[in-house]
Amino acid sequence: MADVRFRVWRGNASSGAFVDYDVPVTEGWVVLDAIHWIQAQLQNDLAVRWNCKAGKCGSCSAEINGKPRLMCMSRIEDCVIDGTITVQPMATFPPVKDLVTDVAWNYTVNQRIPPLAPKPPEADGTWRMQPYDVDRVQEFRKCIECFLCQDVCHVLRDHQTWAFGGPRFMVRTASLEMHPLDTGSRLALLRDARDGLGLGYCNITKCCTEVCPEGIHITDNAIIPLKERVVGEYFDPLARGLTRILGWTREPRT
Amino acid sequence: MAVPYTTSEHDVVVIGAGGAGLRAAIEAAQQGCSTALICKSLLGKAHTVMAEGGVAAAMGNVDSHDNWQIHFRDTMRGGKFLNNFKMAELHAREAPDRVRELEAWGAVFDRTADGRILQRNFGGHRFPRLAHVGDRTGLEIIRTLQDKAVHSGIDLFMEMTVIGLTKDGDRVSGCVAYDRKTGEFHAFTAKAVVLATGGIGKSFRINSNSWEYTGDGHAMAYRAGAELIDMEFVQFHPTGMVWPPSVAGLLVTEGVRGEGGVLKNNQGERFMFNYIAEMFQAETADTEAEANRWLIEQQAAVRPDPRTAARRPPDLLPRDEVARAIDAEVKAGRGSLHGGVFLDIASRRTPAEIRRALPSMYQQFKELAGVDITREPMEIGPTCHYIMGGIRVDAATALSTVPGLFAAGEVAGGMHGANRLGGNSLSDLLVFGRRAGLGAADFARSNGSVGQDPEQIEGFIGEVMAPLDRASGPGPYEIASQLAASMEKNVGIIRQADELELGIAKVAELAQAYRSVRVVGGRDFNPGWNLAIDLHNMLTVSEAIARAAITRQESRGAHTRRDFPRTDKQQWAQVNVTIRADADGLMTATPTPLLQMTPELAKLLEG
Amino acid sequence: MKATPIFLPHAPKPLGTTQRRDRWWLEPLLNFIGFTAFVAYSLWVAFTPVGSHGLNYEWPQRSTLGWTYLSPFYSPLFGPTWWHFSPAILVLWMPLGFRATCYYYRKMYYRTYFADPPACAVSDTRFWQGKPRPYRGETAFPWILQNAHRWFLYLAIYVLVVLWIDALQSIFFVAPTGQPGLHFGLGSAVLLVNVALLSAYTFGCHALRHLAGGNVDCWSCSWLGRTRHKFWAAVSRLNEHHMAWAWTSMIFVGLSDLYIRLLAMNAVPFSRFPWL
Repeated sequence: MADVRFRVWRGNASSGAFVDYDVPVTEGWVVLDAIHWIQAQLQNDLAVRWNCKAGKCGSCSAEINGKPRLMCMSRIEDCVIDGTITVQPMATFPPVKDLVTDVAWNYTVNQRIPPLAPKPPEADGTWRMQPYDVDRVQEFRKCIECFLCQDVCHVLRDHQTWAFGGPRFMVRTASLEMHPLDTGSRLALLRDARDGLGLGYCNITKCCTEVCPEGIHITDNAIIPLKERVVGEYFDPLARGLTRILGWTREPRT
Repeated sequence: MAVPYTTSEHDVVVIGAGGAGLRAAIEAAQQGCSTALICKSLLGKAHTVMAEGGVAAAMGNVDSHDNWQIHFRDTMRGGKFLNNFKMAELHAREAPDRVRELEAWGAVFDRTADGRILQRNFGGHRFPRLAHVGDRTGLEIIRTLQDKAVHSGIDLFMEMTVIGLTKDGDRVSGCVAYDRKTGEFHAFTAKAVVLATGGIGKSFRINSNSWEYTGDGHAMAYRAGAELIDMEFVQFHPTGMVWPPSVAGLLVTEGVRGEGGVLKNNQGERFMFNYIAEMFQAETADTEAEANRWLIEQQAAVRPDPRTAARRPPDLLPRDEVARAIDAEVKAGRGSLHGGVFLDIASRRTPAEIRRALPSMYQQFKELAGVDITREPMEIGPTCHYIMGGIRVDAATALSTVPGLFAAGEVAGGMHGANRLGGNSLSDLLVFGRRAGLGAADFARSNGSVGQDPEQIEGFIGEVMAPLDRASGPGPYEIASQLAASMEKNVGIIRQADELELGIAKVAELAQAYRSVRVVGGRDFNPGWNLAIDLHNMLTVSEAIARAAITRQESRGAHTRRDFPRTDKQQWAQVNVTIRADADGLMTATPTPLLQMTPELAKLLEG
Repeated sequence: MKATPIFLPHAPKPLGTTQRRDRWWLEPLLNFIGFTAFVAYSLWVAFTPVGSHGLNYEWPQRSTLGWTYLSPFYSPLFGPTWWHFSPAILVLWMPLGFRATCYYYRKMYYRTYFADPPACAVSDTRFWQGKPRPYRGETAFPWILQNAHRWFLYLAIYVLVVLWIDALQSIFFVAPTGQPGLHFGLGSAVLLVNVALLSAYTFGCHALRHLAGGNVDCWSCSWLGRTRHKFWAAVSRLNEHHMAWAWTSMIFVGLSDLYIRLLAMNAVPFSRFPWL
């Protein structure tokens, strides 16, 4: 294969620019291979995060030709436009150095979400859940925390509204709210737009779903069902009363 | 001029935030200890996420004939009886509770039709035993532990790399670390330190490991005076991807074979039938017909009666057996175009079944190799995956031979003997992660505070600052790639004395070059500098592996000697090879006797 | 190596700024053209005075043969004597409200008409006029009203029932003589396809998905849980293609109205299936 020109953003929190590198790529290479080649051959101090190089850990998030993607899962032949590929760090988070950003904020959001509160187990000390009970939350638990959804979400990216937990933590909350064993409720937290997770900030423009490397239907399966649960609790007394009477939710939500 | 550093003080410091480290930190915090957790990458990115197939625990949910005794037996047989039997026993007994505990913390395993945790077949396990979540079990476990840990009051230090353990007399007193983002140093003072740093894969060229896997815990413990055992046993996982070159080594889960996948050479022959070792002949199918019947019986709703059931296909022999067989086929010219063999599940299961049971394998081959595994066979070959050897620990407390220093997970030695069974590492890190956390908490409670020696701290900092100040010298990438190439060539799957000598000489040569290694740039997020620091550890563990390998003059488990092809039933069956530093600080490898097993447990191994 | 001028990915940027190199503007553009055309047509229908093309939404008049094609824009048909505008206005607010608060349409018009954001990883209107604009999303007025989607769903189901009756009454009818009759024309087919598409759209609604079973955490431990899981799964299957149903049903409503209008204006010939 011919050389590919990589335009890689180099810099830190206060200044930076795209720098061009011509990389002799080989068949089957992904963008991360080219970044590693530059690192080993030309610029030992080119900063990049990576771990598994197999799309399972979610470390090598970046924007390739302006699109949020995992570098390890982006084959070069699919990304080249006019012989070049641009690679820049995620724009939502403060740059640390080169392709590395400071994603610590995400970990603080996770701490605010109350953990699973399981119902009492069966007599033998274990729980029973049917396969069809667990399918729904298993999708949410595929999340590899690459934070590409956080990166692309305009509420965080453009509006910098940090009172919003971001798509990742809507998925996390959904995995708890819809957990077959859970007895807790996080609806008040979701609805709270000041100190909670600010679910209402999401205007469901679905970019998170478009960029998810795990193919999680973030908007349709996590965020909208959570919005519907908030509606059911706070905006639809008819449905609320009916579900209580029929016992479809285990306990009144507060 | 002294480089400044910050300090903190805890009861327990856990180094490494994979499964073992997280589990240890959770336990220590639950015991009421102030606990720090140091994480080389971001939280939740540790190599545990790469574990795919499942966690082994004899719960008997799918086949009620299973129990801890059989799990113990399988583990010991898989480890060729070199295992620390106390660890193997505790592991087999406690794994089911550790798995159920994860469920209480939010893990969502695949289910049986009656609503319990589903278990699948795996190499070397007699019954379906691996609790799993599709083929992303490691992710489920690390996420569950991570979410538990963030609500446990643990002080988390992300993207910090430990560069050395400090000591107060004989006792460990803490450690020194640098922050990857800023390059600034931090000294931890702790009454007890738990090492959970994982493995050493980066010392080999083709490996399934990430940049973190540089043997930091092994090397730092060794330097702090701890003993390492069984370092010659490096597991080459039989099924890594071989093409395209950029993903060579990437893991293909054993679950593919557990779900019915078979190995074939370029003639289309199921060659594993030619490689059934004597030890496994009684329980392995010797005809294709029987192996095919096994797959049908496994998919049936009713469990087969073990007395009349088909025996397991040889594709599911322990990993060392399969890796050697693949190596032999390729060397005999029956390999695939890219130097592997074929793993075929497309002809065995329907596309829908494959996509449901192995979703990330499907995606991995589709996106990285352009191969649709529901239609075509995969090309696979052995890849360096895991080290059985590690820090010698006490089974019950995970205490190393250095007071106050504990180890759990891959960095600890003994549990897996000469070869680890698939699925036993996730259960290992849960069982012994917890025990290490308990052990460290007990130690911290019953021992007073420690003193910290600034000279030691400054010594470590001075060492890692030196490469930044040099005006010339070899680069770290050059040394690392030479090391990995030499280790693969000279200390790889099949070994012999003269090559091992070469390997040791090469390590010594590179260690010499390392003394003048030079790093360009500053301390802030500089992968070149990070590698230069890790390289020290890679060199130490590489030497340990090569020295242990040349010492053990037999073939056993993952250690195969061309010049000693037999498994010795006498002398070598009774010893571990122990690595320690002698009085002059030189590395020595000496055989030390195994623990003597109790008669009751020994009885379980018969038959 | 060649360095380009300073660029900070993290810094705020004016509307439409992006590093994307594909035609990201194409989707909002097509949405704009398609949706604006439909809105223009609907407004024209709603504000065309009754009778300017004759009785342009019903053909033939129900009283003549017993069967009729009623334009879905006007159903259910109300005609209080004091109302001098198009009867469409009296009913159109129900399906319009349903669509306006629909999660798919929200995505489409927030992107296309409010550029919030115009496309993924393309800067939105925060710096529309140089200084940052506060963002409240759907946490405050007016967009908090989107939570009324549930109520519009209830109304939309009512309208849907009426539309099914309309479609079936164009086939099975009672003549003025009291005799039951059967008719099947092109218009009957149009109304059937129309109501089928509307059903696929309505029964794939996210709010219905919640009510059908999405609000249950543990199906196997709830009353009628297994059944509700099946309902939920069925709604989910339709929901996967909610966008496709939204567009096809919307376009078909317009075409249905147009066909009936043209029939009423004698602009197209009446066609019925000869075997019926």
